[in-house]
Amino acid sequence: MRDILPDVERWRARGERVAVATVVSVAGSAPRRPGAKLAVSEKGEISGSVSGGCVEPAVIETALQVIKDGKPQMLEFGISEEENFEQIGLACGGTIHVFVERLDW
Amino acid sequence: MSALYEELKQQLAQERGVALATLVRSSSGQGIGAKLLVFPDKSFHGSFGLPELEARVVEDAEQAIWIGEPGTRLYTLHEQTFEVFIEGFPPPPRLIIVGAGHIAIPLTTFARTLGYRVVVIDARAAFATRERFPHADELIVAWPDEVLARMDLNPSTAVAILTHDPKFDEPSLKVVLSRQVGYVGAIGSRKTSQERNERLKQQGLTDEQLSRIHAPIGLNIGAKTPEEMALAIMAEIVASRYGKDRTAILDWSRK
Repeated sequence: MRDILPDVERWRARGERVAVATVVSVAGSAPRRPGAKLAVSEKGEISGSVSGGCVEPAVIETALQVIKDGKPQMLEFGISEEENFEQIGLACGGTIHVFVERLDW
Repeated sequence: MSALYEELKQQLAQERGVALATLVRSSSGQGIGAKLLVFPDKSFHGSFGLPELEARVVEDAEQAIWIGEPGTRLYTLHEQTFEVFIEGFPPPPRLIIVGAGHIAIPLTTFARTLGYRVVVIDARAAFATRERFPHADELIVAWPDEVLARMDLNPSTAVAILTHDPKFDEPSLKVVLSRQVGYVGAIGSRKTSQERNERLKQQGLTDEQLSRIHAPIGLNIGAKTPEEMALAIMAEIVASRYGKDRTAILDWSRK
């Protein structure tokens, strides 16, 4: 939370809406622990990370949708390490759940 | 809007403990995204719309403030299940040193390096000087037990009692052991510690309270110089923060 605060504050000061994605659970080996956050601004700027790169594009897309409709979403990413390495080229396996919500609380 | 966020931000800025609980799944699909902001005294702001669920989550969230390991928990209530993500934000760790003697100087340095806020308390103005402790966050010349009684002592607080003088050490221990601090250690040999325990017991402290004192203070690394003693104490404080007892320290098979 503390790591994304300065950017979130900057975007909010500009009047932009913000979504926050949080790793809420992790099974197997995953690059970031529960609590890791990625903030996304209305214009698509990002701060923080939920996986070190592997799932960020999908999370950002969802975050922009959540900013628009305000409906929180739970995303699940479960990629075996071999599959992941072939498809995305990053060595991060495991299953993670990422909760994406608009910062309007 | 944004009232809880603003409050969370403020708690973090003021370095006060707080936990945030978010309803992330429910069997009915209702209430997703609802939040509770939970304070150390178990008061809370926000709502899940279900007082019974709130009461249970607040209990867990209060503990999570100090543990700082975020995670989801499942709650079942009236045949419905709720998944709540709870993350605790402990305040930065703080070390209170009672007794501004020769060990306290390197101990302040080590603790500061490890990210602790350091408060040094001593009634003796000749010891507790800025010249000796330029690096302490706070330097207080007063009776330590009186200062401690007024302080916010919590599980992120470690207390090292180092005066060697029962008239300072014992009243301080009585205050600290009446609260829930993360670590308390007191200087003195095994014999001194035993005698101190007996006196404190006569003054009404329980065996459970006395068992929380790390004494003799510090890990047994053969420390001889003040710097080495400070290292032994600091290592013990870190170990205790992560729940390692003395027997686990050299055992890599234990998590």
